[in-house]
Amino acid sequence: MVQADQLSRPKPRKRSPRPAGTALGWPATVIFLAPAVIIFAVFVLLPMITAFSYSFFDWQGTARGAFSGIENFFTLFTAEPFKSDLPRALMHNLLLFAGAMVFQNTVGLAIASFLYKRKRFKKLFQTLYTLPYLVSPLVIGYLWTLLLSPLFGPVNALLKAIGLGELAQPWLGQPSTALWVIVLVTAWQWLGFPILLYGAALGGIPEELTEAASLDGATAWQRFRSITLPLLTSAIGTVSILTFIGSMEALALPYAMGGSTGSPAGATDVLSLMFYRTAFESGASNAIGVSSALATMMFIFIFGVALAFTSIIRRRERKLS
Amino acid sequence: MSLLTEKKPAAGVPVPQSKRPGPARRKGAAGRFAVSGFLWVYAVIAVAPLLVMVVSSLRTTREMARNPLALPLNPNFASYSKAWVEASFGTFFVNSLLVTVGSVLISTIVSLMAAYVLARSKSRVTGIIEAVFLSGLMLPVYLAILPVFYLLDSMGLVDNKFGLIMVYAALSIPFSVFVLTSFFRQLPLELEEAARIDGAGSFTMFWHIMLPLVKPAIATVVVFRFVPIWNDFFYPLILMRSKENYTLPVGLTTFFGEYQTDWPTLFAGLVIATIPLVVLFLVATKQIVAGLTAGMSK
Repeated sequence: MVQADQLSRPKPRKRSPRPAGTALGWPATVIFLAPAVIIFAVFVLLPMITAFSYSFFDWQGTARGAFSGIENFFTLFTAEPFKSDLPRALMHNLLLFAGAMVFQNTVGLAIASFLYKRKRFKKLFQTLYTLPYLVSPLVIGYLWTLLLSPLFGPVNALLKAIGLGELAQPWLGQPSTALWVIVLVTAWQWLGFPILLYGAALGGIPEELTEAASLDGATAWQRFRSITLPLLTSAIGTVSILTFIGSMEALALPYAMGGSTGSPAGATDVLSLMFYRTAFESGASNAIGVSSALATMMFIFIFGVALAFTSIIRRRERKLS
Repeated sequence: MSLLTEKKPAAGVPVPQSKRPGPARRKGAAGRFAVSGFLWVYAVIAVAPLLVMVVSSLRTTREMARNPLALPLNPNFASYSKAWVEASFGTFFVNSLLVTVGSVLISTIVSLMAAYVLARSKSRVTGIIEAVFLSGLMLPVYLAILPVFYLLDSMGLVDNKFGLIMVYAALSIPFSVFVLTSFFRQLPLELEEAARIDGAGSFTMFWHIMLPLVKPAIATVVVFRFVPIWNDFFYPLILMRSKENYTLPVGLTTFFGEYQTDWPTLFAGLVIATIPLVVLFLVATKQIVAGLTAGMSK
């Protein structure tokens, strides 16, 4: 799960002119910092750096062989099955992102802007909308697999009950629908998060602004279009970045719905599943080298896009203020 | 006459003479009605699948095959005892609880200490350390799973709950440090200066003066880190080998292979994995919302 993080924060404030009057001396500083630094370095930072280094070596099983430069990266683009899996998986991740973006900036934005001014049942609605987001993506994936089952799945039963029986189909069993189901379920589960964040941002917009526009005769849509929406830019930006990171990292939900091979026939494959298969299921002698190269590329791609996005939003924010 | 008609307008008949409840206001009422309707419809869409999950766990396979949509008129809890005992969900549940509580506890303690220093110190070195912690918020850190595996292997911590606890604790540090540091920064320095004059040492100051003040932020961090750790399946899938060490999510993955046709038990397993989060959410909505929107407020 990804959290709302520092992305939307203003740059760290300028160091205050106070002289080095820290409340703590150096010995205390070191003692207080050491546990967190050591745990983070040993279990996160060093493994990440090591993962980068793994991708530049030729591996025989778990034995590190010779330095091989960018050979492993080359393999990803030239050798099967990577050559055909990689673009397809990336495409699926991007579709997950697009689906979530469309859903959260229409339905999600509408719900948030209807909800934030309400007094009655506001808490109840917030709770109901956020519930799917809190449930494990794995549980959500298995749940929908059962609900959509062609045998006695409630979804097909419901379609039959309301006279749309001809629409009933093996949703996850055929390549033409499986990916779209996963895109929709992902967007459905994720929606609680944008609703909450947009709601928080809307709550921060001074009421005088919209009231003044209202007195000047602006319609509700005009008020939304020219006052609320511009002021939401940074919230929408933040949510978009987090949506991007979440979609690129998607693993549990596709794993639950399509297994580690992205069945049927790779129709639901995503990058993380590809990484998982390459590292743990391929049995290839150079599994570590190639999977680490894939991980490195994903690192760079996700982090790079997130950073670029962030700096664009910051520039926009500065222009607005 | 006119008085009477004004007092009792027949339902649905427009009253053109009266000015107050004019078309604009009626349109407003209709609009509000449409908005409420929309909110309720989406609430149903959001929650119905979860309700079906609970309802189905209380039925029997035969009932479900006959009619997938009916309600459990005589609720049957056999699926729960089957999932809990036969499918070892009891063990998985205890493991999940242990791992989640342990890692959240460790990460919160070390993050509190670090955050206090980061918030108060002005040196360049601590600035860099803070930036490194925060970069962990944006990186897909689980891709470092192979080195993590070999690291734990070298320490004899593969297939060991303590190893998993340490990994999760480390992964929780970026978010916890981020939230706690910004909270510590808002606290006035005067308190510490006064305590210092009274001769308090760094540790006394941290423990007796600062900690009580950051309680709300601690609650946010604890509650909000609980959720992703409870839900994670990737690390235990790779790091745990024996079934007695599985957490709930990774238990689910094997369970779905084994109990394919036993639908109520499958649903019961999903409910067991979900209930603690729902309970947590209901008692700590405030903290969860605060965690989700951390960084959004000014």
